[in-house]
Amino acid sequence: MSFEKIIQQAQASGDFQPLVDSIPYAGFIGLKFQRFGQDVLFQLPKNEDNIGNPILPAIHGGVIGGFMELAASLHLMMSMDTAALPKMIDFSLDYLRAGRHQDTFAECQVWRQGSRVANVAITAWQTERTSPIATARAHFLLAR
Amino acid sequence: MTLSIKTRAERFVGTLRHCQNLGLTVESAEGNTLVMKLPYSDKIVGNPLDGTVHGGSLTTLMDTACGTAVFSVLPGFELCPTLDLRMDYMKAAEPNRDLYAEATVIRIASSVVFTRCEVYQGDERDLVAKCSATFMRIGQDMTPPDFRARIENGEDVAGVKP
Repeated sequence: MSFEKIIQQAQASGDFQPLVDSIPYAGFIGLKFQRFGQDVLFQLPKNEDNIGNPILPAIHGGVIGGFMELAASLHLMMSMDTAALPKMIDFSLDYLRAGRHQDTFAECQVWRQGSRVANVAITAWQTERTSPIATARAHFLLAR
Repeated sequence: MTLSIKTRAERFVGTLRHCQNLGLTVESAEGNTLVMKLPYSDKIVGNPLDGTVHGGSLTTLMDTACGTAVFSVLPGFELCPTLDLRMDYMKAAEPNRDLYAEATVIRIASSVVFTRCEVYQGDERDLVAKCSATFMRIGQDMTPPDFRARIENGEDVAGVKP
């Protein structure tokens, strides 16, 4: 079965858990998600294996980035009606606060989805949504 | 005793738990340029059917390579948080092949350090991704003495012998 097929099945059934379970990197960092109608909340539970700064301690900035990238691509797959696998073209990430050793959340906004490219904004926070730890923007190629 | 840039880099990476989980190693570090290796492994796969690694693991590779280059080249033992990262993914990485990141410190200013990085595979240096990263300088006084000692003495650092 192709990855597109797994995406198609998830889109048809509305159950994206098997899709997320099939992505090893999602399991490696421990990504979870919950859908509320059209809204999706992504969660990165507190995990010692994701620590990149032993002093604070804080989550590795790269893990926060990887979590946000994964959230953006999953969000797109959940909101798109085509099964094309979104390929990341570029990713621009601003770190605003240290990501402490605690649960992290992310939500995405698709600002534009054209026939070939989608622009997605991602916000990540810990204790308060209004005090993000990082914001990012990604471009995805949708055409095969 | 003056530590070589490579030793500083290796000991620094040795303190980063997530990087140990990924198996990141310093291949070379000289002057303002550092090469870091991310060994291919099943756990970093993003597309389970063709085995392509997830871009997120490349983000960690590039952030770590640039951050380690900054730490190793600065006098003192300054820890510099990442301000921003901008990454371009040129093509999917080939499965079952290790990834290398060559990070270069471009300029050290009083408050900010500018870096760039390229990720490639194989001797032919097939370019997979590149990034531009900026780091904040918060001063050597912000480095806890015990952390500084771990780097200086190489003790209690997972996987790194003094």
